[in-house]
Amino acid sequence: MVGYIIQRILAAIPVMGFVALFVFLMLRLTPGDPAAIIAGDTATPEQLDRIREALGLNDPLHIQFITWIGNLLQGEFGTSVISGKPVIELIQARMEPTISLALTTIILSVLIAVPLGVIAAWKHGTLIDRFVMLISVLGFSVPVFVIGYLMISLFSMQLNWFPVQGFRPIGDGLGEFLHRIALPTFTLTLLYIALIARITRTSMLEILGDDYIRTARAKGLPEARVLMRHALRNCSVPIITVIGIGFALIISGVVVTESVFNLPGLGRLTVDAVLARDYPVIQAVILLASLIYVVVNLLIDIAYVLLDPRIRYS
Amino acid sequence: MTKPLDLVKWPVSLGRVMRTSVMTASVLAFAAMAAPVSAQTIIASKHSALRVLDPILTTAYMSRNHGYMIYDTLFALDEDVTPQPQMVDTWEVSDDGLTYTFTLRDGLMFHDGAPVTGEDVAASIARWGERDSMGQVLMEYVDTMSGSSDDPNLFIIQLKEPYGLVIDSLAKPSSNVPFIMPKRLAETPSTEPVPEQIGSGPFKWVADEFQPGVKAVYEKFEDYVPRDEPASWAAGGKVVKVDRVEWVVFPDDQTTLNAIQSGELDYWEQPPIDLLPILEANPDVTVRNTNTLGYQTIIRPNALNAPMDDPLIRKAAIASIYQKNVLDALIGNPEYYELCGAMFVCGTPLATDVGSETLTEGNGQDLARELLEEAGYDGTPIVLMHPTDVGTLRTQPVVVAQAMRDVGFEVDLQAMDWQTLVGRRASQAPVDEGGWHMFATNWVGADVFNPLVNNMVNGKGPDGGWFGWPEVPEIEELRTAYATAETLEEQKEIAAQIQELAYDEGMYAPIGQYFVPSAWTSNLEGVLDGPAPYFWNISKN
Repeated sequence: MVGYIIQRILAAIPVMGFVALFVFLMLRLTPGDPAAIIAGDTATPEQLDRIREALGLNDPLHIQFITWIGNLLQGEFGTSVISGKPVIELIQARMEPTISLALTTIILSVLIAVPLGVIAAWKHGTLIDRFVMLISVLGFSVPVFVIGYLMISLFSMQLNWFPVQGFRPIGDGLGEFLHRIALPTFTLTLLYIALIARITRTSMLEILGDDYIRTARAKGLPEARVLMRHALRNCSVPIITVIGIGFALIISGVVVTESVFNLPGLGRLTVDAVLARDYPVIQAVILLASLIYVVVNLLIDIAYVLLDPRIRYS
Repeated sequence: MTKPLDLVKWPVSLGRVMRTSVMTASVLAFAAMAAPVSAQTIIASKHSALRVLDPILTTAYMSRNHGYMIYDTLFALDEDVTPQPQMVDTWEVSDDGLTYTFTLRDGLMFHDGAPVTGEDVAASIARWGERDSMGQVLMEYVDTMSGSSDDPNLFIIQLKEPYGLVIDSLAKPSSNVPFIMPKRLAETPSTEPVPEQIGSGPFKWVADEFQPGVKAVYEKFEDYVPRDEPASWAAGGKVVKVDRVEWVVFPDDQTTLNAIQSGELDYWEQPPIDLLPILEANPDVTVRNTNTLGYQTIIRPNALNAPMDDPLIRKAAIASIYQKNVLDALIGNPEYYELCGAMFVCGTPLATDVGSETLTEGNGQDLARELLEEAGYDGTPIVLMHPTDVGTLRTQPVVVAQAMRDVGFEVDLQAMDWQTLVGRRASQAPVDEGGWHMFATNWVGADVFNPLVNNMVNGKGPDGGWFGWPEVPEIEELRTAYATAETLEEQKEIAAQIQELAYDEGMYAPIGQYFVPSAWTSNLEGVLDGPAPYFWNISKN
């Protein structure tokens, strides 16, 4: 197992290298000039050239790439060409809202969706099952921004329970943190409930027809025990996979949700950087997102072994 | 081999999962509110995010607005568009018109505690003069600028020859504004950002709380000494009546609307026109146009690329356009736009309608067809750049393209994002090598309100001109004459000649003037008019 993990970590290095090269080239081939964006409308060609020189944009592409990679290997992500702030500071400032939203959404989704999926499978074909499936279809079909606006309209504008926008760090107090993160969490949770509940239901349906479930029931075990100990555990692999990928998706940025609720997360940082051609920020954020996917996938693989002893890696 | 199941104890029961779910949801749903924002803090949503902090390095309006918060100016325009002293106490001009001696007000101080001196002013004006178009013209006339070892409050400009717009230049109201900063910062090359945000303006920059793209924070500068006169535009007393101002970026208009209606936001600089009826119907929100000169939306041909290198073709394109069609599509509500052919903006002393009849009357189609025939237009497609990601710029190219097609042009409307356009418009290459023929953009009225700041009537051509680069030596002579004119009447006459010539050369076309009101909650009082938003004089109840 340890050998497998080391092997996976080593395999991630060329993946990250390829991502770095791809992102770098893609950005440089995209039209747009950060110097022109900074200088504005009245800059002369000479002034533009001097700004490009100051930003290092006049260097040949391979020199720019080598410089960037060299700095990266020393833990230096560079500075934003637009704001002049260190990229690492910009990303750090945006991590908390994104990670907070990802954690609250995934925790709440799992706590609601897994029982719903189990119940739907257990009561397969009944009204309960249909109701759970209805929730799932709604969660998949209604765009997140519509759910967000409806939530704001009802809970913020009508009932005045929650603020309409904004984020407060957990350091400002748990109450205020939860108060601000609640609506975006509920909004995204609906989507993830739909996803996780469906996967749980489908997996459970397969398992519940197996012989060992019939045997467990024939032994007289309580139904809850059959469901939770015998059936659900054997469904955990696909459920964990969906949860892991869902978590990585949120971390990579949920721009629409962040925009609707004015959360200063990584998604907005990425979009703003792309629109401003802020190369160092875009490169760093995409690399970070790739790294998160690699790590999450590794954790999922490790979780498979812990949850299903039948699975072995060599 | 498959192992038997029921293998390990599964630690969670269904009931426990359900209970935990409900409890977690309850905690999230009923968490208590805390830490309200101080009553003396104005939360404002600006038209964009503040990213570049040096208002001399860039012409971005957000950087200009930031400049007005933390820096001060020697002079400023009042609501009559007349320069008034701001940091300057008194000034005198020598009889030969070559020496300007300014005395700064007593007690002016930078945010780091250092006094403002003539040396600081000289360094700041020199840096501004390297970047700004009006500053560059001023510098052509300046022989020396300096402080005085006898009196730190003195600032002296020595000219090579008389120049009538010295005070007007120092009172320039919009990008780039001649803000005054400490000499040690003003000596930063004008192509690099200043490393610190230290000014002598009415607000101090809170660097620790700055998050680019998220939030910019300012605190009242307690040691600022405002003038005694009432505030008028950026002139008069800059009396700060709140402790703190936060500019918060709202990426979504609907969220901004919700926030101001629920009281989480105090001030919205530029609500979209289509949301104004909702705001106007709210008795707790005030909606008013504070920028009385508004915005000029323009179309600019590229004089370097055929067939637009022919003035007849450029004039034909301009003659095909009817401003009302553009403004109806862009703004819709006639209350917020004005048909205006004045290149130097309606509502200013230099406004004239000479040469603009087809634009405001919409009767130029026949003329356009005749001009095309006379020019022998061969059907070469006109590449019109179309930025689709900017709400105030995505409409004009579509309307202009159709107007041009209606009179016989072939138009290649190329969709792109604004930053791609910004990069591409700097290209002087032929169209098949990444060049272009036309694009539209918008200007704050104060940025185009005289022939020296209006980049589109610059006739210097590819070497020194603005994107599009028409080369019109006669217009450069007229601009020089304008710079040295001694009376307003003389300036008006020259400005009219410049406008007539600019239309005749097809240098550009204003395709409408529009206004974007601001909105603020009724607990704010004292919001000032002006070409930029100002946060002094505002109290919050």
